[in-house]
Amino acid sequence: MTAQTVRPGDAAAVREFLAWAAAGKAPVEIVGAGTKRAFGHAVEAGYRLDLSGLSGVVDHEPAELVLTARAATPIAEIEALLRQSGQRLAFEPPDLGPLLGEAAGRATLGGILACNLSGPRRVRAGAARDHALGVEVATGRGELIKSGGRVVKNVSGYDLTKLMCGSWGTLGVLTRVSVKVLPAAEKTRTVLVAGLSPGEACDAMGAALASPHEATAAAHVPEAAAARSSVAYVGGAGASATAVRVEGPPVSVAARTEALRGLLSAHGAVEELHGHNSGRFWREIRDVAGPIGDADAVWRLHIPPASGGAVLDGLAEHGVEGYLDWGGGLVWCGAPATRAVSAAVRAQADAHGGHATLVRAPGALKEAVPVFHPQPAGRAALGRRIGDGFDPAGILNPGRMARGA
Amino acid sequence: MTLAMPKPDDRVLENRDSFLGALAAIVPADNLIADPVGLKTYECDALSAYRALPLAVVLPETVGEVSEVLKLCLEHGVKVVPRGSGTGLSGGALPLVDGILLGLGKFNRILEIDYPNRCVTVQPGVTNLAVSQAVSAAGFYYAPDPSSQIACSIGGNVAENSGGVHCLKYGVTTNNLLGLEVVLMNGDAVRVGGKHMDPDGYDLLGVLTGSEGLLGVITEVTVRILPKPDSVGALLLGFADLASAGDCVARIIADGVIPAGLEMMDRSAVRATEDYSKAGYPLDVEALLICELDGPEAEVAELSERVEAIARACRATTVRRARSEDERQRFWLGRKSAFPAVGKISPDYYCIDGTIPRGRLSEVLTRLDALSEKHGLGVVNVFHAGDGNLHPLIMYDAARDGDLEKAEALAADILTLCVEVGGVLSGEHGIGVEKRDLMGTMFTAADLKQQQRVKCAFDPDGLLNPGKVFPVLHRCAELGHMHVHKGDLPFPDLPRF
Ligand SMILES: Cc1cc2nc3c(=O)[nH]c(=O)nc-3n(C[C@H](O)[C@H](O)[C@H](O)COP(=O)(O)OP(=O)(O)OC[C@H]3O[C@@H](n4cnc5c(N)ncnc54)[C@H](O)[C@@H]3O)c2cc1C
Repeated sequence: MTAQTVRPGDAAAVREFLAWAAAGKAPVEIVGAGTKRAFGHAVEAGYRLDLSGLSGVVDHEPAELVLTARAATPIAEIEALLRQSGQRLAFEPPDLGPLLGEAAGRATLGGILACNLSGPRRVRAGAARDHALGVEVATGRGELIKSGGRVVKNVSGYDLTKLMCGSWGTLGVLTRVSVKVLPAAEKTRTVLVAGLSPGEACDAMGAALASPHEATAAAHVPEAAAARSSVAYVGGAGASATAVRVEGPPVSVAARTEALRGLLSAHGAVEELHGHNSGRFWREIRDVAGPIGDADAVWRLHIPPASGGAVLDGLAEHGVEGYLDWGGGLVWCGAPATRAVSAAVRAQADAHGGHATLVRAPGALKEAVPVFHPQPAGRAALGRRIGDGFDPAGILNPGRMARGA
Repeated sequence: MTLAMPKPDDRVLENRDSFLGALAAIVPADNLIADPVGLKTYECDALSAYRALPLAVVLPETVGEVSEVLKLCLEHGVKVVPRGSGTGLSGGALPLVDGILLGLGKFNRILEIDYPNRCVTVQPGVTNLAVSQAVSAAGFYYAPDPSSQIACSIGGNVAENSGGVHCLKYGVTTNNLLGLEVVLMNGDAVRVGGKHMDPDGYDLLGVLTGSEGLLGVITEVTVRILPKPDSVGALLLGFADLASAGDCVARIIADGVIPAGLEMMDRSAVRATEDYSKAGYPLDVEALLICELDGPEAEVAELSERVEAIARACRATTVRRARSEDERQRFWLGRKSAFPAVGKISPDYYCIDGTIPRGRLSEVLTRLDALSEKHGLGVVNVFHAGDGNLHPLIMYDAARDGDLEKAEALAADILTLCVEVGGVLSGEHGIGVEKRDLMGTMFTAADLKQQQRVKCAFDPDGLLNPGKVFPVLHRCAELGHMHVHKGDLPFPDLPRF
């Protein structure tokens, strides 16, 4: 089915279009820059709502630590603007474009929030949703509503802003968002430990994150994934790499790096990555495409951080290999695109009380395996009822998540 | 009381005895309170201007009991008001005469401390401070620290999305939560999240946090814990005018410093707290800032220098840096005793809680002075300046005719001012009954209806804490309708987009 593209120029037009589509029960696929269309189930819809007309930063007040932008503003544009005042989006939004077969650097703020995607700094700074302060949304009822505001502390009515984050465009179309921004780090260093097993790495990362030295990221790349790194220290080491990042004012970074080197040397031989290499390493971890290689199916598991080693070892028995971010709490892995292996991946997540998402896969596998982790009946029903309240006609990205699939 | 609550259901009142009999079959006799004297203990939360006696107080001890009680209430059409420790300041736990008060106080066990995963699972009645105390010896703490932390419950913290002085750097409750178990009005227990970051599916953790007991009864909470910082430093900064103090706050933030806490007190707060606590505050100031910095020693030392330089550039008249832990505690002594101090100088006080953009601080305080004069009631200002969260304390005398009404009117004016300058009605105390009727200043009818549709997904009969948060209660069936008809729409000709 070829979809007819609709490209509204403002929020009012988005609202008007959705009211029209709702009245006719016409399904709509919602697209920011389209970089994550391959993530999630494909949407069968007669209309494609192209949001690229809703772009541009509306307001940035550095002293208020807040930025408001129209939903399809590219992250790259926002980051460039923030750099001018020494600030950044602290949740370190990943650029999954290349992982999903798209160009780099095109992801939009609305898309990142709608999918609640966060990078390595998640362990310290929180997730994308923690940085979303307020939203304007066109619902599937064809109404324009707002939630939240432009201030960090706010308990005024239900936090629909958070609900929109991670709803994958199935509850409403974000038209404008306000996000918290934070000072960028003056200095960054990364402490590396070579040759640890996943289990040992989890212990080391756990020790770093439980220390008062304020690590802002902790990841482990087993030997195979490490070999794909373009950072010579990592790629050429012929061993796994466990990395802990420190950021902040220079004196503080120096002191904490020293302390972490001491702490981590109990786990293995330590090295350090500075400036450029450190930046490049964490971009690879954040954007996934590099370390994951060309596996047929790519999975992402959210698990308790201390389980990282056990999960990676358990997956290896099924020919699945990957790496750990978030101190062990996030597993990225590449797997054969079969139902049996998919079941094994989900079983690992279940066994540790987490969940697994099928991020990239051939169409045939996605038809056989749900992209998002199946939910217990009670919670799934609750999700459906929430969805019905926002989009009673079921027109928004139908089938993208489990609802109505 | 000047507050309109939902009309009591006569049928429920008439059938009280048989309903109590059915409750008695679920919970032990000691956990069911129905006598007027016993009920009186629960007639209000910390917003004591509003009081009511519930039909009964039920104190379940297990999730199974919570579930059975809710099912019974649903069957009988009886309303339910959840309550933690009753320290809420917006009347969220105000009883309803035709509803039960469901007290979670007996859910007071710490279920698991998991250091490798840096999280703690507790029952909702555990106090905020007890979580930090339980993990303190191992070098951890739970970051959100409301001033009421000795008493308030974690369940209440989740329901109000509570903050504290350290949330500028470490976030409020929602940013420190990993998992919840909630029992819905139909008795179903639903688990959300766990020990991992980011729950799957819709962010129910996000909507439940700050939902003020209107969506479900929280029966289990998993929070993340943080390692205690290496060192903590504090500065006490006094200013001859409010504008300079406000400017100093803005410049500290703009300089890239995120203090662990950044609190402000105005002249009357400084005087009241100094009289009460003898903290040693300078009395010749219009505004006093406490700036706390934490982290590695080297960082605290450097940032303290930077803050000091900024304060001097903002013409601070007092600049003191705590030279010892004892001195740091003394800086906080006055701030922490603000409530009792005001209680000393005024028979009653009413604590307001709005948030404004930081940059509007001095303007708002000046306008607030004018409002205070207009209504003829004094206001003492203590607040979380770093995140723009104001806590004006309105002084009144409940025994004096018309004073409470004046205080309410002044509060409404202050909150409306917060919204007008781009802020919000509540930063951390919630809407409850207190700010319910002001929701229209911040939200359109469409915004509020969409929020209520979320409530309908959880509680279609509207039995859980009705009369709170929403000024108008719509029936779920009515909210479900979509008022659009294809033929009426202006553009069948799509291409013009
Ligand atoms: C002196 C003082 C200082 C304070 N300082 C601060 C502060 O610094 N920061 C701050 O944020 N707040 C502060 N508060 C407000 C208050 O302490 C918080 O809102 C606290 O979280 C309320 O917890 P509680 O257990 O007392 O809840 P309650 O007052 O019992 O209830 C509050 C709300 O939560 C609901 N609720 C309670 N438990 C549950 C549950 N298990 N499931 C579902 N719903 C539930 C109730 O229905 C009600 O709507 C202060 C209050 C006082 C009196």
